[in-house]
Amino acid sequence: MTHRLSEGRRTAAFVAVALFGAWEVASRSGGLSPTFMPAPTTVLGTLGRELAGGLVGHLAMTMGRVFGGLLLGAVPALLLGFAMGLSPAVQRSVDPFVSALHPIPKLALLPLLMVLLGIGEAPRLTVIAAGAFFPMLLNTLTGVRQISGVHIDVARSYGATNKQILRRVILPGSVPMVLTGLRLATNLAFLTAIAVEMLGASDGLGAQLWLSWQTLRVDLLFAVLTLIAVIGVSISAGLRLLARRGAPWLSEHTAQI
Amino acid sequence: MVSGTLRTASAGRTSPEASATETPALTCSHLSAVYPGRQGDVQALRDIGFSIRDREFVSIVGPSGCGKSTLLRIIAGLQQPTAGSVSFGGASRPGTGLVFQEHGTFPWMTVVENLAFGLEMQGMPRDERQARALDYANRLGLGQFVHAFPRELSVGMRQRVDIGRAFLSGAPLLLMDEPFGALDAQTRWVLQEELLRIWLESRKLVVFVTHDLDEAVLLSDRVLVMSGRPGTIRQDVSIDLPRPRDSRRDHAAIREYTWHMWQLLEPDVRSGLAIKG
Ligand SMILES: Nc1ncnc2c1ncn2[C@@H]1O[C@H](COP(=O)(O)OP(=O)(O)OP(=O)(O)O)[C@@H](O)[C@H]1O
Ligand SMILES: [Mg+2]
Repeated sequence: MTHRLSEGRRTAAFVAVALFGAWEVASRSGGLSPTFMPAPTTVLGTLGRELAGGLVGHLAMTMGRVFGGLLLGAVPALLLGFAMGLSPAVQRSVDPFVSALHPIPKLALLPLLMVLLGIGEAPRLTVIAAGAFFPMLLNTLTGVRQISGVHIDVARSYGATNKQILRRVILPGSVPMVLTGLRLATNLAFLTAIAVEMLGASDGLGAQLWLSWQTLRVDLLFAVLTLIAVIGVSISAGLRLLARRGAPWLSEHTAQI
Repeated sequence: MVSGTLRTASAGRTSPEASATETPALTCSHLSAVYPGRQGDVQALRDIGFSIRDREFVSIVGPSGCGKSTLLRIIAGLQQPTAGSVSFGGASRPGTGLVFQEHGTFPWMTVVENLAFGLEMQGMPRDERQARALDYANRLGLGQFVHAFPRELSVGMRQRVDIGRAFLSGAPLLLMDEPFGALDAQTRWVLQEELLRIWLESRKLVVFVTHDLDEAVLLSDRVLVMSGRPGTIRQDVSIDLPRPRDSRRDHAAIREYTWHMWQLLEPDVRSGLAIKG
């Protein structure tokens, strides 16, 4: 079993086990303050209890915001990215807005949006969507732009119509960059969701993190962080799977970019 | 020495007996191409004129940057000439298969899908084109790789797919831009033979750009020798060697042609590289 793991992974697993083991021992023996650095088993226990309690609801809330933000931000960005890539006129008219809005840290818009949209889900979803929008837009645009002229020439010479070129060349040819955009957009939506939840939401994992700091429940803090890490890793794994299914022609390496 | 063995036809004319009975399948007249550039315009082609009969294999050789690819793109209808015209025996442009040096296959399609692409564009039903592509893949020795993606093939295998796609499409006009340029010598020999075999079976009109003079003589009925930029047709050389030709057996006869062509090309190649002869 272990002999199939690569050398690097074996080393990493060994280091992790050693680290957590040392932490456990130090925390239990009082070498580390159990209040500030609770033992890993304590954290897991808290995580289990909280998940059975209300944490699942907070998790669902956060994931709802991530997917809502992606739906509102990444999907229009995908469509606009294709429109800009296919039509220089669209690109010319949209470019100034992109250059002006892209550099703004989207989180900075939250107070203004709360003034404009009221206190509720609307400003939060807007900020998350704005965070997801630009990476998706710019990567999709690049994906369409980098398609080799040779492929378009070849398709045209065999008599492909514009619609066939779109379907058989441009859409599949842009998939690698679209996947990259989706990965960046998802990561950013997750990050932004946690951040807006810390800024005044009453539910969601970000709110739980903030609450555990305010009540000095460090075991809960670690438990929520563990959950966030697990979700982050699962999202990456899910997107890798999507890439393998959706773009089987990519090498393992390219699919992970 | 050349005049004894080489018959050179002037641009726009082929052998008299043929031109009397056949209208040319492809005629380029007075083609010019100019690219606007930051340091002034670049004239790539100037007053190019020639015609090609049906089923003829014509190569184009010339110094780098003389406009060979530009000429091919104009014939393919992918680019408009600045002046002049291309005509196809009075008819509209026929189906065209285009083969490039590399990266012509679609990375997101399997070997079968790539081979069948021309048929797909003609609207052939999926099962039928799939069957024909599978059959063709076997003939090309790609039977094991029909469901592989180009990334999983060697460069030579990819070129075979690219050429196979052009032939399978049934397009009567085949335009090839240094299709073997990226291959090692042995793979090139094999693919040259393969190309000739398929061409002899189907007898399409082939316009073949190459920088390899031996390859041009080995494969072609005629070789158009171009001048340096702006590209013009310097000479239209008929290759009067019986087929099948063999690069090793016929190497003396082939060498006479290539020597003649090199003499035509050398001054332009040297001045293009700014090397004094
Ligand atoms: N899209 C373009 N824009 C501007 N100039 C171009 C363009 N394509 C080609 N040229 C110029 O036109 C000339 C001819 O180019 P072309 O690619 O047709 O030459 P070529 O004979 O195929 O060269 P090579 O043997 O190196 O492939 C070159 O000087 C090149 O710089
Ligand atoms: Mg070229």
